[in-house]
Amino acid sequence: MAEQAAAPVIDVEGLERRYGERAALSGVSFRLGEGQTLGLFGPNGAGKSTLLRVLATLLRPHAGGVRVLGAALPGESWKARGRVGYVGHEPLLYRELSGRENLVFHARLHRVPEARVDELIAAVGMQRRARDPVRELSRGMVQRLSAARALLHDPPLLLLDEPYSGLDPAARELLDPLIGRPCGRTRVLVSHDVEAGAAESDLALGLRAGKQLIFGRPDPAAIRGLFR
Amino acid sequence: MIGTAWTILRKDLQIELRTKESVPAMALFSVTVFVLFHFGLQRNELEGDLAAGVLWVTLILATVLAVNRLFVTEREQGGIDGLLLAPIDRTAVFVAKAGALFLYLVLLELVAVPAFGILLLGPDLFKPLPTLILLLVLADVGLAAVGALVSALAVETRARDLIVPLLLLPLLVPVAIAGAEATEPLFSGNQAAHELGKWVALLGLYDMVFLLVSIAVFDFLLED
Repeated sequence: MAEQAAAPVIDVEGLERRYGERAALSGVSFRLGEGQTLGLFGPNGAGKSTLLRVLATLLRPHAGGVRVLGAALPGESWKARGRVGYVGHEPLLYRELSGRENLVFHARLHRVPEARVDELIAAVGMQRRARDPVRELSRGMVQRLSAARALLHDPPLLLLDEPYSGLDPAARELLDPLIGRPCGRTRVLVSHDVEAGAAESDLALGLRAGKQLIFGRPDPAAIRGLFR
Repeated sequence: MIGTAWTILRKDLQIELRTKESVPAMALFSVTVFVLFHFGLQRNELEGDLAAGVLWVTLILATVLAVNRLFVTEREQGGIDGLLLAPIDRTAVFVAKAGALFLYLVLLELVAVPAFGILLLGPDLFKPLPTLILLLVLADVGLAAVGALVSALAVETRARDLIVPLLLLPLLVPVAIAGAEATEPLFSGNQAAHELGKWVALLGLYDMVFLLVSIAVFDFLLED
């Protein structure tokens, strides 16, 4: 396990987030150091994606303290934006544009040179289909492009919501050096595969109905208990 | 900020060019409305206040179609999250969306105004055309600013198709009044310069107010 740095990359204390009257997250607290991976586990509706979106600055925390890469959310969200790589349920790619056009668009938003686009297209093995409209690509190909989009600006923090869903073993192998443990970046990883997710993680956070039930070293038996 | 706005605008135009969702629908709608007025009013030719009213109301209703679609790609394809994750000035998103709507309106008018001249307008269209172009451009700036604002507001709601006209049309009443009042003399041949100046000033003031208001509040609209 990587050593926890003095200033954590993510520092969450008593986080609450509601949708209307319903609490999607309540009393969530954890710290994550540089280079560490936090596995987020829990059944559907537990609040995993909501937590990821709060950390990505896409949702405002309603109570509690959240610091991401030193920026206190939501007041200093602008400091964290552009330093986070986010792979969510949606690929954040326009269906009518080609994969390359999408990546060039995002590269311009992040002020990244176009050479980086071609480098990542090659890295995710999409050279042959990069100029096809995204709507014509398979789910796995879209997922690979989504990972490339998240990495364009070389972010120190990756927020990954089931990044391997829809990928065949060859594609998983291709993405592993980029978004897997070997990439060396700080990661928050949502996974429904308990064994694989636990093996990828230094720390595990278990949620059920928005409440934090587990936090510590990944224990597959305890994690499986969340789903019962 | 301008560079970012241009990047987003170019992407929007690229998508519109491929999907052809907004401009063709607006143009077809306008021509259909002119045909309906032609038969509904049982008149071959219109002039004066009636001609001005028909033209401006048709253009404003066609604007509703584009406003309904302006942010849909961002919401349906998750593009808005991509924009929100980027380290950009969010005013650039407003400038791009308003810019796209402005261009759609100009393209619409390139079809709708000649069609209006052919199908309904009694007096010659060519003589008042320079003044009409000035009025249309001024109105388009206001329509684009208000339209982008309303579109961003409505896209989060479930009943977007209802919310857009309910919010947008009342806000566009000043454009309809100023546009129609300024155009009426052009279509009846008794144009008085000082009257025209008053309505041009009103359109200019409307543009300025809504551009400033939109820029001031747009950032908050993009927050969850």
